[in-house]
Formats: sequence, structure tokens, C-alpha cells
Amino acid sequence: MTIKTKLLPLMIAAALASPAVHAAKAYISNEKDDTLSVLDLNTWEVVETIDVGERPRGIALSKDHTKLYICASDSDTVQVMDLATHKIIENLPSGADPEQFALHPDNRKLYISNEDDAIVTVVDTESHEVLAQIEVGVEPEGMAVSPDGKWAVNTSETTNMLHWIDTETHELVDNTLVDQRPRHVEFREDGKLLWASSEIGGTVSVIDVESRQIIQKLNFEIKGIHPDKIQPVGVKLTPDGKYAFVALGPANHVAVVDANTYEVLDYLLVGRRVWHMEFTPEKDYLLTTNGISGDVSVINVADMKVERSIKVGRYPWGVVTLAD
Amino acid sequence: MNLNVYLHAFTGVVKREFWRFIQQRSRFLSALVRPLLWLVVFAAGFRAALGVAIIPPYATYITYETYIAPGLCCMILLFNGMQSSLSMVYDREMGSMKVLLMSPVPRSWLLISKLLAIALISLVQVYAFLAIAWLAGVEPPALGLITALPALVLVALLLGSIGLFLSARIRQLENFAGVMNFVIFPMFFLSSALYPLWKMRESSEWLYWICQYNPFTHAVELVRFALYQQLNLQALAITLGTTLVFATLAVISFNPERTVRAAPAKA
Repeated sequence: MTIKTKLLPLMIAAALASPAVHAAKAYISNEKDDTLSVLDLNTWEVVETIDVGERPRGIALSKDHTKLYICASDSDTVQVMDLATHKIIENLPSGADPEQFALHPDNRKLYISNEDDAIVTVVDTESHEVLAQIEVGVEPEGMAVSPDGKWAVNTSETTNMLHWIDTETHELVDNTLVDQRPRHVEFREDGKLLWASSEIGGTVSVIDVESRQIIQKLNFEIKGIHPDKIQPVGVKLTPDGKYAFVALGPANHVAVVDANTYEVLDYLLVGRRVWHMEFTPEKDYLLTTNGISGDVSVINVADMKVERSIKVGRYPWGVVTLAD
Repeated sequence: MNLNVYLHAFTGVVKREFWRFIQQRSRFLSALVRPLLWLVVFAAGFRAALGVAIIPPYATYITYETYIAPGLCCMILLFNGMQSSLSMVYDREMGSMKVLLMSPVPRSWLLISKLLAIALISLVQVYAFLAIAWLAGVEPPALGLITALPALVLVALLLGSIGLFLSARIRQLENFAGVMNFVIFPMFFLSSALYPLWKMRESSEWLYWICQYNPFTHAVELVRFALYQQLNLQALAITLGTTLVFATLAVISFNPERTVRAAPAKA
């Protein structure tokens, strides 16, 4: 029933706004080129390349989809791009070497992990004020805010922990120990479960948000590929809660997981060193950024098949998609 | 002479080829086992679990099995084309060729009928192979199986006419082993059937050029593209051109009298 109620407005919107749907785009950050590639999601062609700050990695849309936040890691700033003009309109104070970040549902608080300083910086995107700096484990990396806005979760690559930050008080409340080198965290849409990938551990932990305990650990195995190469990074869950996709880095595959039974259903061959992923606005395709091969693979979600791979810049890192 | 006579001769040749095929069940099996061994064993050794780089007509990364499947389809056609040359030599030695040549239709028509008969039977084997390959995870688009059909027919005609042309030159059955060594293997290995040409070029430039001039390369590429619903015009032009050349050569050089005269000389 929830699926229906969620889909209906979407379908109506799609029917009303069909010209807008035709202009659906993806923005991909190219770490080595200091650019963003703009991919047309109908023609599957790169239509524009935009120069941005140095070493762009994590990117995120504002909740109203008018702005794009870009972690320009080597410029030590979070850039704000106007999506209408594709111009950088401001630079936010981010602390040193921002890599990943997450925007609070209030569309104001931006949680940024500063890899070199072992802190999480909270910035107000409107007043540009640094609201807090929270000490976390060594090499903070992954960042996510729960759908209800209560929790900000950060992963520290060297301490191997998830750090639970209360977004009201900006205090570190709890830690969850996971396998080596946690890279990315992703909340389920209802906010009850959190998926966390461990790059060196080669596992994905599923954590109950209320108890902050691991309830399931997933392992991956691909015939013909050495286990050392299986390094889970990006995780994406389908909005209907049925499937999870896990990007396995240098294993060049994306694992398809049944999100209820935690069984790995398939491994899909994509480009080299696959890191992050995003669904298209209609959720019918999943895009993956493949760093070493410099392309984006397109997975048809209904068929669970890789349809194509499209060249973008060098070392594509993050990806977001936009309906209009 | 009306059309019926032509048709009669055609069905006669097809039927004969068909019966030969039915009776040699081991031939059907070996025609299937050979490419399957390559698919399962050879590709396993080279198993590119991490993917083969993107080259047209593929839109994304593929496994090695997927890469060699079109080449293996052509391998079936190649062996059948060559085997047909063997059967021509056999027919000639056994004297059944004379019976065939009693027909009032032109000799070229008989040869074309023979080519089409071989092509039809080869196609059965190719599709049987594709069905098994599908189970092994080689899944081209379903529609591609239909678009590949004209390409496969043309390639079958090409290889069949090369076989017929050779059969006009081979006088004795024993020479067939020579054909295997000097025609089938180089044709198959020096082509894009097993490795993409850019890979050949990485190892040596002259090897690349040999492959580039091998008509079998273009036959494989024609099938490969057609299997993915694309038309490779260059491959089509080259395959069509070489088919016409070899078919003409086969008809011209096919002189049944030569062996008839040669026989008493041998004795």
C-alpha cells in the first residue's frame, strides 16, 4: 500500500511534467579532471563538462533541487553550484579535505567529513556559519543523515567505527564497531535500518538504528576473482525496499542483494573500480561511477542487466540525478 | 527447361545433404562439441571475470565467453564449409558425382544448391550452439538471434564457396588433413574470433594486418554486430565481395572431367 501511495503522485507528476522528464540529467564528479560531467539520461550522452574546484568527490543535491553541493577536496571547500546556470555561486567553509557529506532534511545543516583532521564539520548552508565541529575516529569518510533527521552517522576508515551524532546537540552519542575500513553508510527509506560497507573487511553490515547493533553481515564471493579485490564501497537500496546494490570496487561488479533475506542474488559486471551509485529519477536505472575505466555503467533495475557504459571524465567519483 | 527442374535438382541436393547429415550423427555432435569445448574450457582458462574492455558492438563490459561466441558460430560454419569440400572429393572418388552431373540443369546451379544445402544444415547447428551458450550465460539480445540470421547465411555461403573452390583443387581424400592445417586453423586463429584486433595489434603490427586481411575476421565481425542488431557495413561489403569471388572461382574451376580423365592415368 505504501508503494502505491508513493508511486501515485510520482506517476501523476511524470504524466504532467513529461517535457521535464525528457531533460533528466545526471551529474558526475570527475576526481582527476576537476570537472563535472553532465549526462543526458535519455540520449545517454555527456552533454556538458563543467569546471569545478580541485578534486571533486562527494556531490549532493539541495532538497529543493536548485543547487548542487560539491566537495572540492583539494580546494578545502564545499562549492555550491546553481543548477539553472551551472555556475559556482559560493564556497562554503568545510574544514580541510572534505570527501563525503550529507544534507539534513531541513535543507540547511550540511555534515561534512574532514578526512585529515578526524572531525565532522557542520555548516549552515544559508548563513555559511560553522555550527559545530565534532571529533570522530581517524579518517572520517562516509556520511549519512537519517530520513527523520535525528541522526548523522559518520564512518571512520581507520578506527573502523560508525559514529552516531545527535543532530540536536551535535554530540557523539554512540559508536558501532564494524569490519575494516568502513566507507559508506546508507539509511533504508523508513530510517529503521542502516547499511554500512567495509572496504577492506569485504563485508556489508546491516544495523538496527534503534539499538545501533549489527543484525546481519553480508559476505561476497565472485567466481574467478580474488577475495582481496572484493571491496564494498557504495550501497543503494531500491525505494520499495526489495533490493540493495553494493558496488564492489576493484572487483568490477555490483552485487544485487535481496534486502529482506540478505541473499546475494547476482553480480553484475560493470567498469573498473566501481565506487558510487545513484538511481535515475524514475528509479528504473542505476548509474555506477567506475573510477579507473573512467565511465558510468547503466543498470536496468527491472531486468537486473547492465545495458551500457558511457565514458565520462577521469576517475568519476560521485553521481546525482535530477528530473528536470 | 522450366523452373520445376531447377527446384527438383535443388531439393534433391538438399535432401541428399540432409540424409548424409542425419546418418552422420557423430558429425552433428562433433560440430557442437567443438565450439562448446572452446566456450567452456578455453574461455575458462582466459576467463576475464573482470570484464573485456568495451569495443563495438558491445555497449558495456562483457565476459570472454560473450566475446568468443560469434567467433565460435563462425567456427561451426567454417568446419562445415570445409567438410563439404571433403564430401565433394568423396563423391568424386566414389562416382556419385557423375550421377549428379547427369542432371540437365547447369553445373553452377548444382553448386549453388549444394552451398545452400550446407548453409541450411550449418544453421541448425549454429542455433543449437547458441541455445546451449545461452544456458552458459552468453545472452545476446533475443532479437539479435533473428538479425544474425542473414549474416550467418552469408557467412555460410562464403565459407562453403571457399570449401567448394578448394574441393576443385583437392584430388584425393587424404589431402583433407592438409586443408585442415593450411586453411581452417590459420583462418580461425588469425582472425578476431578469439581476441579483439586491438589486442593483436598490441602484440605485433604484422599479426594485426594479417588478421585484418583475413576474410574470416570480417565474417566474424559481421555476425558479431548482427547478433547485437547492428550492421557493420565494412564487414558486410568484404564478406559479400569475397563470397562472390569464391563462388565464381568455385563454379569456374569446378571441372568434373578433370578427375574422370585423371582416374585412368592413375591406374
